[in-house]
Amino acid sequence: MKSRPLLSAVIATAMLALSLPGALPAVAAPAPDNWQKVLEEANGQTVYWNAWGGDARTNRYIAWVAEQMQADFGVEVEHVKLDDTSSAVARVLGEKQAGNDDEGSIDLIWINGENFAAMREQDLLFGPFADTLPHFALTDPDNNPEVVTDFTLPTDGYESPWGKAQITFYYDSAQVDAPPQSIDALLEWAKQNPGQFSYPRIPDFTGSTFLKQALIELSDQDDALYQPVEDSDFAEITAPLWAYLDELHPHLWRSGRSFPDSGPNLRTLMSDGELSLAFSFYPTDAAVAVMEYELPESVRSYVLEDGTLGNVHFVAIPYNSPHKAGAMALANFLLSPEAQARKQSLDMWGDRSVLAISQLDDSDQALFEQGEQHPSALPVDALSNTLAEPHPSWMTALQDAWLERYVVN
Amino acid sequence: MLRYVPILMIALLVIPVTAGLGMVLLPAFGYLPVLGGEQLSLAPWQALFSQPGLWRSVAFSFTSGLASTALALLIVVLFLAASQGTWLDRSLRRLVSPLLAIPHAAVAFGFAFLIAPSGLMARLISPWPSGWQSPPDALIVNDPWGLALTFGLVLKEAPFLLLMSLAALPQLQADKRLQLARSLGYAPTIAWLKVILPSLYPLIRLPVYAVIAYATSVVDMALILGPRLPSTLSVSILGWFNDPDITRRFMASAAAVLQLGVTLAALIGWWLLEQLICRCSRHWLTNGSRRRGAATLTVAGRGSLALTSLSALAALVGLALFSVAGFWRFPEFLPQSLVLDHWQRSAAMLAAPLVTTGVIALVATGLATLLVVAALENEQRQHLHPRRALWLLYLPLLVPQIAFLFGLVVAAEQIGVRPQLSLVIAGHALFVLPYVYLSLGESYRRLDPRWLQIAQSLGVSRNRAFWKVRLPLLLAPLLTAVAVGLAVSIGQYLPTQLLGAGRVTTVTTEAVALASGGNRRLIGVWALVQAGLPLIGFIIALTLPRWLGAPQRGSAR
Repeated sequence: MKSRPLLSAVIATAMLALSLPGALPAVAAPAPDNWQKVLEEANGQTVYWNAWGGDARTNRYIAWVAEQMQADFGVEVEHVKLDDTSSAVARVLGEKQAGNDDEGSIDLIWINGENFAAMREQDLLFGPFADTLPHFALTDPDNNPEVVTDFTLPTDGYESPWGKAQITFYYDSAQVDAPPQSIDALLEWAKQNPGQFSYPRIPDFTGSTFLKQALIELSDQDDALYQPVEDSDFAEITAPLWAYLDELHPHLWRSGRSFPDSGPNLRTLMSDGELSLAFSFYPTDAAVAVMEYELPESVRSYVLEDGTLGNVHFVAIPYNSPHKAGAMALANFLLSPEAQARKQSLDMWGDRSVLAISQLDDSDQALFEQGEQHPSALPVDALSNTLAEPHPSWMTALQDAWLERYVVN
Repeated sequence: MLRYVPILMIALLVIPVTAGLGMVLLPAFGYLPVLGGEQLSLAPWQALFSQPGLWRSVAFSFTSGLASTALALLIVVLFLAASQGTWLDRSLRRLVSPLLAIPHAAVAFGFAFLIAPSGLMARLISPWPSGWQSPPDALIVNDPWGLALTFGLVLKEAPFLLLMSLAALPQLQADKRLQLARSLGYAPTIAWLKVILPSLYPLIRLPVYAVIAYATSVVDMALILGPRLPSTLSVSILGWFNDPDITRRFMASAAAVLQLGVTLAALIGWWLLEQLICRCSRHWLTNGSRRRGAATLTVAGRGSLALTSLSALAALVGLALFSVAGFWRFPEFLPQSLVLDHWQRSAAMLAAPLVTTGVIALVATGLATLLVVAALENEQRQHLHPRRALWLLYLPLLVPQIAFLFGLVVAAEQIGVRPQLSLVIAGHALFVLPYVYLSLGESYRRLDPRWLQIAQSLGVSRNRAFWKVRLPLLLAPLLTAVAVGLAVSIGQYLPTQLLGAGRVTTVTTEAVALASGGNRRLIGVWALVQAGLPLIGFIIALTLPRWLGAPQRGSAR
């Protein structure tokens, strides 16, 4: 048996050596300063848009976008549904590894946070392009730094903002009278209601966000969290977090011996009656779930008193995309008042707009006026208190430390 | 021409697997220039061995793989020993192929909902007589011992092993042997175990090994049912390959090589077990005891397969209920209202993936069947003994998918083959072909050679005899093999996703993508569609030969 892997290693090495390409010129990128030219080039292109496909509403919205792009710009949009965004990062890397520098399989990625940081670090993104999109100015970046910052990293035009998310708690008002209003209160609540709350297993995105939320509330080291983790004493800053979790876990769902898989999984457990308090990264999640029979109508949403973590999510173009013009036209359309208003409506998706709505002209503002507020949704003014994301290195460090502590050896 | 087919077939199966393995082996030892890995090192292994819970992951993969295979085999053997042609036995046999057709992920979803604390079984006894107003806080699915995963695997493996056994049995002339044994006073069940089993096992050994390899490295079922802190090795590997921290790929590659080792260790462990049982049972086989334990074995044999089939069916019923459920909360046994919203909303999204799924499955299975038939026909004409080269055919089934697919994508890129539909089809054929061969081989060799001798003695050419005599006589097993091939193709997730760059959307990739969203109602819709598709193939395989009046031969009985 030994000889076969060895043989194949030899074959593979030979293949590697043979295929080393000469330095290929980067694919002719569209000149972003001439928007008309970009649109002309985009016409007729097919844009492969890699975006998480786990939510039917997101998928429906992207399908609507695809129709608009076809009708208005002659761009065909194919939604490549991912179960995990990082697999798209891995794919671009694989292509770079194989010397595929201009025929990549991905034209646009829905991305943010550590995935973006990783792609930037490995030089896998095309740009800067975002600031040249005609609609980008509608986000009023000078006054809204969150649309040009991703987990403390400047986007430098390598990502174009798409929507906003923020941790939002929800509970069944028929079962719970006074839901906890802070991370400390949550511990007390869990002790009184054992097995009724949980958070997704690390390294899930939503679960990791919960760790950061708790860390921000439990430590007074706010400044340190916004610098690379190497610059501060990780053990000391996170000590209160681990003490808190050690105390919390025995009172969680399944006594903390297992954790749900993902944010949406919390919703399913809530729907089964296994949890009575949960949270989501999408403020409208609970209302939407009620409309789709997943949660009882008595569900209500709220954010913690001192605010919750929020962030902006983006779209980015891989460096080897063969359809950059189409991808830029799509990114620009996603920022149009029409597309943003559609996305924000509960019937479509319920994802918050990144546009500076008060700066828009009247007719565009009117697009965002929603009808009656859904009783399970968060009141509009509840999201004013948003905490910023720590530096991405904290997320990775927290994940590793959590796994080290709580995975059974 | 025909004589080159076996070589072609083996090359088609062996080259991709070894190329893929090679492309994983290099980074496992630190060589991946694009990430700055310029020279060989053991750093990836050091990183791997410092992962929390690694050895537990390895232990899960090893034990759940061996335990589920042993249990499934035991169920199948006892059932065959105990089944003596009653009504129940015949219905169970008929149920087997459809159960085989249901994709693993769909079974896992349904099974999870069946046994969860808030699932169907708990609802059946709640609130009365259990007194549960809300679900008990019990760790059943994702349990730390991997039991849910083990039983979930049994649900899928038992039908496969039964089908393989039923295909192999006729060549043992079981009826004659049993009659002889019974005339010597052996109880039917005991007679089967002592007289048939020792000659049957060697015939189904390869399928058993394929099952072990599959069970030790399964991804989709382990994602749904497996333990969490830590996960099985295969699930951890997927996570590391997909980690945004791209340098983890070195460690992931090392882990993929480790997975190969775990699967190999499980196979060796099983082989040792075989030797042990063989040694220990020698006395029992020849001690002349004719009746002891017969009644217990009979009940156990029928009961366990019935229970397995019932669990799988109940899992499907749960999925079906969810696909039309309005609000449905514990402890209600049925949904408050039934709605068609979920189906209506999915309908528009279903069309394109359905077409793609069908095209891939048909082309891959067609190609595979063509090659298999050509190889088998060559074997017959050259009077070859099939055993040795067979092991190579099983390479794609014995080497864990997760160990070579990531490397295969890189290897394909390397020679300039971009992810696309045809690459996905080729990837599917890699897994479909061995299964088609497994399903068809025995029936093909068993066909009485006198049929063809008579035809040729009447002046019919060999080729004409093949078309006019052999194929019609083999129609039923051929269609069954095709149906198995279609089912295998439709269930493939990892190859579709990786080789298609996610652009090739099938019902299965959609179902798994939706699964990450956790909406049970939509999962129900897609899982049912996913389960229904291969069923069509099996229904055609069962009814078409009868309708055409073809002889009832082989495994499709």
